[in-house]
Amino acid sequence: MSAVPVPVIAQAPSESWPLPDRGVVGMFAVIVAESTIFLIFVVAYVYNIGRSVSGPTPREVLDLPIFNSICLLSSSFTIWLAERALKKGAMRTFIGWWALTAALGAIFLVGTGLEWHKLIYKDGLTISTNLFGTTFYSLVGLHASHVIVGLVMLSLVLAFALAGKVGQEHRQRIEVLGLYWHFVDMVWVVVFTVVYIIGR
Amino acid sequence: MADSTLPIDGPVGGTIGVPHEVEDVPTWGERLHEWVTTVDHKKLGLMYIGYGLLFLLVGGIEALLIRLQLFFPNNHFISSVVFNRLFTMHGTTMVFMVGMTIIIGFANYLVPLMIGARDMAFPRLNAFSFWMTALGGLFLYYSFIGGVGLQGAGSAPDFTWWGYAPLTERAFSRGHTADYWALALIVQGFGTIGAAVNIIATTFSMRCKGMTLFRMPLLVWLNLVVAGMILTTISPLTAAQIMLTIDRYLGGHFFDSQAGGSPLLWFHFFWIFGHPEVYVLVLPAFAIANEVIPTFSRKAIFGYPAMVAASVGIGFISVSVWAHHMFTVGMKPASNAFFVLSTELVGVPTAIKIFNWIATMWGGRIRFTTSMLFATAFVAQFLLAGLTGIMLSVAPWNWQLHGTYFVVAHFHYVLVGAIVFCIFSGLYYWYPKMTGKLLDERLGKWHFWLFLIGFHMTFDLMHIPGLLGMPRWIYTYQPGHGWEIWNQLVGVGAVFQAVAMLVFVYNLVHSYLKGTDAGPDPWDAWTLEWFTPSPPPAYNFATEPVVRSRRPLWDIKHPEDPDWKYE
Repeated sequence: MSAVPVPVIAQAPSESWPLPDRGVVGMFAVIVAESTIFLIFVVAYVYNIGRSVSGPTPREVLDLPIFNSICLLSSSFTIWLAERALKKGAMRTFIGWWALTAALGAIFLVGTGLEWHKLIYKDGLTISTNLFGTTFYSLVGLHASHVIVGLVMLSLVLAFALAGKVGQEHRQRIEVLGLYWHFVDMVWVVVFTVVYIIGR
Repeated sequence: MADSTLPIDGPVGGTIGVPHEVEDVPTWGERLHEWVTTVDHKKLGLMYIGYGLLFLLVGGIEALLIRLQLFFPNNHFISSVVFNRLFTMHGTTMVFMVGMTIIIGFANYLVPLMIGARDMAFPRLNAFSFWMTALGGLFLYYSFIGGVGLQGAGSAPDFTWWGYAPLTERAFSRGHTADYWALALIVQGFGTIGAAVNIIATTFSMRCKGMTLFRMPLLVWLNLVVAGMILTTISPLTAAQIMLTIDRYLGGHFFDSQAGGSPLLWFHFFWIFGHPEVYVLVLPAFAIANEVIPTFSRKAIFGYPAMVAASVGIGFISVSVWAHHMFTVGMKPASNAFFVLSTELVGVPTAIKIFNWIATMWGGRIRFTTSMLFATAFVAQFLLAGLTGIMLSVAPWNWQLHGTYFVVAHFHYVLVGAIVFCIFSGLYYWYPKMTGKLLDERLGKWHFWLFLIGFHMTFDLMHIPGLLGMPRWIYTYQPGHGWEIWNQLVGVGAVFQAVAMLVFVYNLVHSYLKGTDAGPDPWDAWTLEWFTPSPPPAYNFATEPVVRSRRPLWDIKHPEDPDWKYE
């Protein structure tokens, strides 16, 4: 029974012990779970295309939201530029690109709101009108709710940045938030394809 | 056994150099506050396990009432309406509130300790996950009180635990029972997904120095696989429940066939959750056996890489077998063939595991503690459960037996014979670490043998009325079908199990108050959690351990012949 005073199990290897960032790993796990939820809603949408027993049909009422989509997709680019500026320590540039990202996200939401307003009040399509309405508002609404969550977080960071509380030490966290935003944009590509191209 | 076998003087694992001051004994209020606000993975793990055990008793009582009603033909002890509620609540409770909570509790408690970390990657998310789970249980059982709703029909969900549409739609489930049921599973699902995210981030990002992925204990590996599966398994259920809620509250038509919707879609969504869910529950049970069997066989686990590969393999195959729950729905021959073959394919990795456990025991110096007894029984019973699984995977056989008690017997063989046995094995094994006291072995043996006899009486014999054509879900039956004697024997077996549970609960309390001190390492085991005092301090390890092999404690105890020379 020899005494081992220090609870180290063997000689510490001198080489470094790099492990992946837990925020990034955690966000990727969240993205996998979220993708599965979206997948189920997409399957429900595709399965039910053309099964509505009453109108209005997608072809009658849906217009391609081109401007909206350009705004949302380009926000992926601006958030990347913001991250790059933060890495360099250029805070004013960071704030500029970050604010633009949030603005583009907000434009997308306003666009969705206008589209829904037209669908509800002009075309008379609500979530309970027919099967198309149910699947359409669920899928697009699920995506829009993710945009809202992203916008809340973007605005929080923007507020902190304007107050001078964001610095290079937060790079990793900003990057995790950036991953989420890229995910939301990527989902829109799928939703756009399914709803406005295949489903019309 | 109670003494430490570690060649270390003084506190094991070291304590941080703050001298222990004489503390005031905390009041009950302070203790409650501490447990409610804790973010410590060990406390949360214990709360998960405790919450699960509580619901195990609740679900068990529901099962006893079911057996009591079926004891005699033409019995009217329980009405058909209440009977439907009982089996629905029994199923939902046992899967979500017992199985999921206890296995996540074990993962929570053990994963950080086994990889030499001080806590999970996201401690506050961990607390959030637990409280969401707790809320889910409350929602589920609240429907007994608040589920009536304005229409005054039903006071608990009564549409089976898979809630096939359109039974759950407004037209057939009036009142709010289906709402509470859906809400409970959504809320608990968020908790479970949070826990899975946490386990994945912990295993990838919190390992101590030298703990490479292929030096992790198998328990950690299997829980990593399970966490990955949870991400793709629970999410479909959450999505489907959201759709159901849209149907019920916003007048949607997802599962409303009159508006073109499809109840069949619910079947698919539910089982694409429901079948991987079986592996989500059973892999953590394997994980426990993977730790218990080597320790009590005094041998390193046989075929570590094969075990890892088999677990990952099960994870992938399990997402392609869901429709074997739906043969009786009537699918195309090609779909039937696909799901028959994919289901039988799962038999390969699981058989690899069974061979590895037997090979681990083979030639070992086996110590039959209560924990090892449960693990040994598990191996045998899981084999049998797998065999009836292969029988049911054959579509024509399945058509014949799907709606009968044969299926009930099969899946209870998996859920009780494998999962519950492993949970007991794990509790006897880690209770000393969690509380610092050994569970009483004499009471443990009583618990084991009573439970074993009860289990086999109930679930071996339950296959027979199934083969004789007794349907599931019936609340009573006519005499003269030859079912009476089997139902009575099954009922007697249930009583044995209930008595065993009482012995177990008594043992838990008795040993906590009057048990022998366990010491840090009562089983002479090899993984890092035994390197801490029992119970471990909040920070787990005073200094971060460094490991060089799969059995770090073996290396300490046997410096002349360490494992790392051979790996």
